[in-house]
Amino acid sequence: MTDTFLLDDQTVPFTPGQTVMQAALAAGHHIPHLCYHPEFHPHGSCKLCTVKVNGRNATGCTVPAQTGLKVENDIEELRTLRQALVQMLFAEGNHFCPSCEISGNCQLQALGYDLGVMSAGFRHFFPRRPVDASHPDILLDFNRCILCELCVRASREVDGKDVFAFSGRGIHKHLIVNAATGRLADTQATAGDKAMHVCPVGAILHKRVGFAVPIGERRYDKTPISAQALAFAPRPAVGEGGEA
Amino acid sequence: MNAPARPRVRLATTSLAGCFGCHMSLLDIDERLFALLDRVEFDRTPLTDIKACGPCDIGLVEGGASNAENVEVLREFRRQCRILIALGACAVNGGLPAQRNHLDLEDCLTQVYLTGPGMQNGRIPDDPELPLVLDKVYPLHEIVRVDYFIPGCPPSADAIWAFLTQLLAGQEPVLGHGLIAYD
Repeated sequence: MTDTFLLDDQTVPFTPGQTVMQAALAAGHHIPHLCYHPEFHPHGSCKLCTVKVNGRNATGCTVPAQTGLKVENDIEELRTLRQALVQMLFAEGNHFCPSCEISGNCQLQALGYDLGVMSAGFRHFFPRRPVDASHPDILLDFNRCILCELCVRASREVDGKDVFAFSGRGIHKHLIVNAATGRLADTQATAGDKAMHVCPVGAILHKRVGFAVPIGERRYDKTPISAQALAFAPRPAVGEGGEA
Repeated sequence: MNAPARPRVRLATTSLAGCFGCHMSLLDIDERLFALLDRVEFDRTPLTDIKACGPCDIGLVEGGASNAENVEVLREFRRQCRILIALGACAVNGGLPAQRNHLDLEDCLTQVYLTGPGMQNGRIPDDPELPLVLDKVYPLHEIVRVDYFIPGCPPSADAIWAFLTQLLAGQEPVLGHGLIAYD
């Protein structure tokens, strides 16, 4: 007999060891997420994947799937919560979609669309965050960093380089690079690193290819992110240069 | 006998710190403008050139607030319009003009009018008729209560049309995939 749990009253099979998120995605059910990545250990920090497990809020990317769990995902209460989380991320950074070359491929933007986020909701911080264009092949735009830590994890676990880290706490938490100068060009980073291919937003950009695919023909322009669950199903790490 | 004409909804529009792109997008509904005009009559808008906003049902405001005049017009719209709609990226989150928000205003004015190329005899404009520039560009909802938001740079004609027709039909407007856009 297959192990199963209930997700919004639908039966979802799982293999022991899988999280609720992994099993749901593998079965084609989308749970919104930003810091989860199919090739990495869960992080549980963005809280977009908050679901109700037997009536209690929990991050779907960290809760182990168990037989008989009753998980609620697509409900109004969670939709409202997720909208507020997306709005806070937009208000906290400088997310100016009209000038962002990742627009249409951005998970934050796609989730905003999918959740029906029409407004900023909060007062904007408009923080001052200079970009780092020092590297010949990579542009770091800290204005768009949402602190998912995927690049930190990828650089440490896959590339073995520790190019990225976080510094500061609370509202002062920010991404830094591993060089005395603070410049990406003075690290071991190369464009082929896994860390340069996992950013869910437009914080890590590859130079000279920004508009190779025109606006309007990009990943989430055609299909909403909620209809792309299988693309996020768990898979083995592919090493350098895999798709985000 | 003809049925009594349905009273038309009074609509005002304005552009604050915007580029009029959202108004162009409104005009891009093309022949649907006739259907819209069956339902609405315009009050203050660049299309009528009426200078002051009277009591209205719906106010569409493009652009954020970059100077004191923007704030005055925005407050007039809020006072006069039952339903106030922030139209487009700049109205929703400041947009392109807000890209100056992480710069010091005095530095901006100095560079543009005094130290920039060709500005040897420059002078920061200070005519009393000019509205004072605000320290930052503000999204509309940070100054007045806003009832609805239509994001996009600009929102597409289809998005504006879908939004207005739902609103005029008394429904809570919802824009689905392909109509809601931030860029």
